[in-house]
Amino acid sequence: MARREIIAMILAGGQGSRLGVLTKKIAKPAVMYGGKYRIIDFTLSNCVNSGIETVGILTQYQPLKLNSHIGIGKPWDLDRMHGGVTILSPYIKDEKGEWYKGTANAIFQNIDYIDKLGPEYILILSGDHVYKMDYSKMLDFHKQNNAEATISVINVPIEEADRYGIMSIDDRGKIYKFEEKPKNPQSTLASMGVYIYTWEVLKNYLIKDNIDEQSEHDFGKNIIPNMLKDGRSLWAYEFSGYWKDVGTIQAYWESNMELVKRLPEFNLYEQTWKIYSFNPIMPPHYVDSKGSVNTSVVAEGCMIYGTVKNSVIFPGVVIEEGALIEDSIVMSKSRVGKGAYINHSIIGEGVCVGSNVRIGVGEPVPNEYKPGVYNSGITVVGDNACIPGNVVMGKNVMVDIGVGPEDFCSLDVPSGKSVFKGGDCE
Amino acid sequence: MKNTLGVVLTGGKYQGLKDLSAIRSGSAVPVGGKYRAIDFVLSNMVNSGIKKVGVITQYSFRSLMDHLGSGKEWDLDRRYDGLFIFPPSLSDDDSGIYMGSADAMYKNLSFFKRSNEEYALLAQGNCVYKMLYKQMLEYHIEKNADITIAYREMDDYTPAELTRLGIISLDKDERIIDFQEKPLNPATLNGSIGIYILKRELLISLLQECAAHGNYDFVKDILIKKLPELKIYGYKFSGYWRNLSSVRMYYRCNMELLDPGVRQELFINNGKIYTKVKDETPAKYNAEAEVKNSIVADGCIIEGTVENSILFRGVIVGKGSVIRDSIIMQSTYIGENVNIQHAILDKNVVINNEKQFRGDSDWPVIIGKDAMV
Repeated sequence: MARREIIAMILAGGQGSRLGVLTKKIAKPAVMYGGKYRIIDFTLSNCVNSGIETVGILTQYQPLKLNSHIGIGKPWDLDRMHGGVTILSPYIKDEKGEWYKGTANAIFQNIDYIDKLGPEYILILSGDHVYKMDYSKMLDFHKQNNAEATISVINVPIEEADRYGIMSIDDRGKIYKFEEKPKNPQSTLASMGVYIYTWEVLKNYLIKDNIDEQSEHDFGKNIIPNMLKDGRSLWAYEFSGYWKDVGTIQAYWESNMELVKRLPEFNLYEQTWKIYSFNPIMPPHYVDSKGSVNTSVVAEGCMIYGTVKNSVIFPGVVIEEGALIEDSIVMSKSRVGKGAYINHSIIGEGVCVGSNVRIGVGEPVPNEYKPGVYNSGITVVGDNACIPGNVVMGKNVMVDIGVGPEDFCSLDVPSGKSVFKGGDCE
Repeated sequence: MKNTLGVVLTGGKYQGLKDLSAIRSGSAVPVGGKYRAIDFVLSNMVNSGIKKVGVITQYSFRSLMDHLGSGKEWDLDRRYDGLFIFPPSLSDDDSGIYMGSADAMYKNLSFFKRSNEEYALLAQGNCVYKMLYKQMLEYHIEKNADITIAYREMDDYTPAELTRLGIISLDKDERIIDFQEKPLNPATLNGSIGIYILKRELLISLLQECAAHGNYDFVKDILIKKLPELKIYGYKFSGYWRNLSSVRMYYRCNMELLDPGVRQELFINNGKIYTKVKDETPAKYNAEAEVKNSIVADGCIIEGTVENSILFRGVIVGKGSVIRDSIIMQSTYIGENVNIQHAILDKNVVINNEKQFRGDSDWPVIIGKDAMV
């Protein structure tokens, strides 16, 4: 069997806590996106489209949905005799069980997996981002420069630069400085969390890092600075397409909403770079003679008897007569009852919205329970919640997963309030 | 129904479908926005628990083979059993060509001999319906029948359409006493829907006998001739059923899919309908879109008006264009200010700006595959 030149390792264990109830029961890479996909589909499809057919996926936080979504990798043609997809969860060693303590530690704990495949290069990816990228070009760049590490970078606005790992490069693209979340950024080149390493080099750094008790075992904070300190050959590969870390409710909502524009910057209709995902077995969607859809994305299996404007509707959603959905995201198999009105909201999977419910009306008061998460005016309803008829819900409201009619204390849920499962009613 | 072998007959030349089947087998005709006719029978078999399916195919089978592949979408890509495809074999004397349905099965007799299922279920590949065959098998066993033929009261078929079916007459016990194949004057409204259950061993001996007499048609040379001799029973099916054997019927069937009741019966009740996956992005409606009473598949981009129509995957409708009562197949591009009514546009058609087409509900216009207008 030929030795693989490059394999990919996708870090998919992140919680994405700023996505609130959307990531309460699933890891961020498994969050639904764009009317059909889950966030990890983009990274996986990029791998396959770049000719990388061996992919390890490192899971940790709430992996159930992710595991079942990936399965044996069938939608990506990763159900292969040689290579294919492998889910790598933390495991128990000789003496003790150990979680992945950081991005670098996660790879360290899987050195055996990588060594068995014996690749020359290793591509480290994050399963959290939405973008289309040809990694084979980045590998060419890595080889041309005789690099030991290549970091993919994107230009970000200077005012946002303090949220990223920022690189300073010489005019050939060689990195001479790397700062993780700097207070005074020296450049606007931000790391996208996409790295190619020459495996033998990285392996040594991972082993050294593991015994360093001061280390946080993180690529950005430890491995890259250590390599720079040793004068290793690190290069920045500039990427200039659409790339989003949909890490907050606002960013997630905006990125989905961009897809409904006439010419979205993030074009998913290109036949040459398809994004693969699990395909629900459903008939094409139906729009009734009383229904109407404008400036929206609608997936298979939906039945639209009401009105949809500026929204993203996932597979199998039913929107009953007289209902109006505006500037919202409605995930798979949810049902919106007659005469309901949904504005500026994210509705999870399998939610039922009773008739004449109004969601997302009123003043934008930040959420009392998690003001840091729900503060951009968007109301979020967790998976499988059931909202009884005639409820009026404000902005920045959070409805917990699986909430039923009995959990509503009153038909009026003002802006900034939350509804919890078995919630206390004062 | 593990004890039953499925056989799909994709049949002879479907001249009735004109251009739509000129390049593909009648069973490979696209239906309902993303399906091919054969998806219905295959899904019915799989949903009924049949694990082994042979597909017998003769004319223009490339697109059918392409569609079926390894049978992955129907979970028929099995290490044992699964999907078997039987195109005619090329031989020096052209004897490999199938002369008829019985001949086609006889030429693949080893498939039947090597199988060990007790029963065989034969069905047509060009019919749109949802049926769990289990009840029919139970009925067959209960009646102690030699052969059971499913039929339906064709009260929603016109007299002209009836003449294209096999019409049966039954006695009080539902035993078939007469079978007229494509009769000029149908004796009853009971049309055979081309589903037959019989023991595999009996099928083998009937096929051998038929071949020995130089005959080759399963209906004319076996069923009809054996009526007095064998116990052949009718099994009444009362669901939705359409055979796509004429343009009119094809058009009608697609339009009937706009009915919520029909969609519920076909796509939601009693199991799913599986088809080849295309990984298209969900459909996109731009600001000008106005879509009423229509089925829209993934990958479509709509900027115009669409009413009472079926849009297959990846159809693009430009601004100012109006599409009414039409069927637009995969990846067809419709420019701006186009007006289309009562039309069937095949795959990959390109309609330039300002064009107009108008058919009649009884006589829709057909624009052939890859046409550029």
